Amino acid sequence: MNQVRQKFDELKEKGRKAFIPYIMGGDPDLSKTATLLEMLGETGADCIEIGVPFSDPLADGPVIQQAAVRALQNGCTFQKLIRVLKEVKISKDVPLILMIYYNMMLQQGIREFMNETADSGCSGLIIPDLPPDEAAEVIQCAAELQIALNFLVAPTSTPQRISRAAEASSGFLYTISLKGVTGIRSNLPPELPDFIGRVQSVTAIPVAVGFGISTPEQAAQVARLADGVIVGSAIVKAVAGDSSLGEVRNLAADLREAID
Amino acid sequence: MNKQQWYFGKYGGRYVPETLMAALDELEAAYSKYAGDPDFNQELDELYRSYSGRPTPLYLAERFSTELGEGKVYLKREDLNHTGAHKINNTLGQILLAKRMGKKRIIAETGAGQHGVATATVAAKFGLECVVYMGEVDIARQSLNVFRMKLLGAQVCPVTSGSRTLKDATNEAIRDWVSNVDDTYYLIGSVVGPHPYPKIVRDFQAIIGKETKEQLQRLEHKLPDYVIACVGGGSNSMGIFHEFIPETQVQLIGVEAAGKGTDTDHHAASLSRGKPGVLHGALSYLLSDPDGQIVEAYSISAGLDYPGVGPEHSFLKDSRRVEYVSVTDGQTLAAFEYLTRTEGIIPALESAHAVAAGMERARKMKKGEVMVINISGRGDKDIYTVAAAMEVRL
Repeated sequence: MNQVRQKFDELKEKGRKAFIPYIMGGDPDLSKTATLLEMLGETGADCIEIGVPFSDPLADGPVIQQAAVRALQNGCTFQKLIRVLKEVKISKDVPLILMIYYNMMLQQGIREFMNETADSGCSGLIIPDLPPDEAAEVIQCAAELQIALNFLVAPTSTPQRISRAAEASSGFLYTISLKGVTGIRSNLPPELPDFIGRVQSVTAIPVAVGFGISTPEQAAQVARLADGVIVGSAIVKAVAGDSSLGEVRNLAADLREAID
Repeated sequence: MNKQQWYFGKYGGRYVPETLMAALDELEAAYSKYAGDPDFNQELDELYRSYSGRPTPLYLAERFSTELGEGKVYLKREDLNHTGAHKINNTLGQILLAKRMGKKRIIAETGAGQHGVATATVAAKFGLECVVYMGEVDIARQSLNVFRMKLLGAQVCPVTSGSRTLKDATNEAIRDWVSNVDDTYYLIGSVVGPHPYPKIVRDFQAIIGKETKEQLQRLEHKLPDYVIACVGGGSNSMGIFHEFIPETQVQLIGVEAAGKGTDTDHHAASLSRGKPGVLHGALSYLLSDPDGQIVEAYSISAGLDYPGVGPEHSFLKDSRRVEYVSVTDGQTLAAFEYLTRTEGIIPALESAHAVAAGMERARKMKKGEVMVINISGRGDKDIYTVAAAMEVRL
């Protein structure tokens, strides 16, 4: 079993919910990425999602777009990023998950990319522009290498599409809370509990919810409904204005507490 | 649903965020319902005729031809369409679809502004809200079209991310669609994007080739020997090529923008210099670096300045049914001037790429041979760019 699913199983036994922070790799630079990962590991993250900076992130809102621009301007490449991930001092109990746009995998060659990902110690992948319909090769390679795939479902997904995404996901099912791109929203969508219920009615695999969750209060609400909470833009925004990372640490600690 | 239909060979597909998958299914279902519907087609034909001025003429460019060689060169005058380019063929078709699907809000991306204008035009005609995304760089070099869109009642949203051109405008339009998917119709302007867009846009543009074939049959009692069109995303070229693809004796030539040269970093020749990759929802030839970052394309023509290309073109390149060449900014400007002086027709800079490649072939044509060049749009929008290139101050 891959490390991501294992982590969710362990949490479930303990009756806990997963806290999954997202950071942009190489933002503002790679040494900061290493520090951040170590800090988030110490602050109680269960998994950490690391965005691979891409020139055309069409599922992302302004906060993450700008983080990708900063990372690319400071010379972050996929190769440099995975070198950092290989060496980072973080407990093996905290699986690292790459969020990457499909063209970056394709240009390196799917198999080569997957081998390097496994080699770097990363345990999972989220590919926002690759629906399961187009993912046959990725699914096969991921199974061979025990890399957890976490497909996405959206409020627009039909029950058939939800079960298809769940079947293809060997980690968790990434449940997009709203119709939209990543970013901070003042309120959770009122339909969210219904939507999570719809997802859970067709699958038994772990459900983690992301997009538009930025405050501890929102995280707490979602934690009551799902198996995991993903927080991206709020953390990325905190990183951008915070050279000492004190604010990020506080936010992460508050989110952890709220989820528990 | 037959998934084979998503692809042209291995190209095309649906590489989009999950949120859009249901909307694409809905679009595909609506399109297959209406594509063969007599009422739909009658309404569209009538709009083509009375609103856009179709059929557009197939014009024998006599002076242009005789000064070049022994063959005859015809120009398919898509520049004479309402709004000045072929783009309206597609926006009329898609707005009828949007209306039947009950959508209230239209969004579009635009590069040169021709598609934006054509979308704003049909939105005005049908009384629908219209938002056009346009890169800041393109807004600066196409101010005339920006003003036209605003006059037509569209909201023009400047896009400041990335290269601030068509590619980034498309990203932003997709983000809008993801956020407003219930009531919004994304009216894509070229044969790009996820299935079914490349087919829908091609089908609505295929009128260009159908008319050309009929008109030439009447005028010359034969098929053309050459059909030449420019390729950015590739809608005017797919439109004129489609009818001739089964006629294998017709040589089809697609012309990409070589910008400052395909051996430099400043070009938009995705088919000639790119590799298969994924951008804006489809697998197709693409300019991207080894890390997978999309490379910024360059051309003097804002409508060809796109690092990707429609997936069907990628298929036609690999299968060698179409020959793809590229011409530089310099060759384009020379052709622009030559057509203007010999025929009194000022072509769009996009179309001038096809003219440049056509001139080269025309010099080698034998007596009795016939070439058709697609003049996809008129050049009024480009006069500032051309004046700047000629170092003339207006």
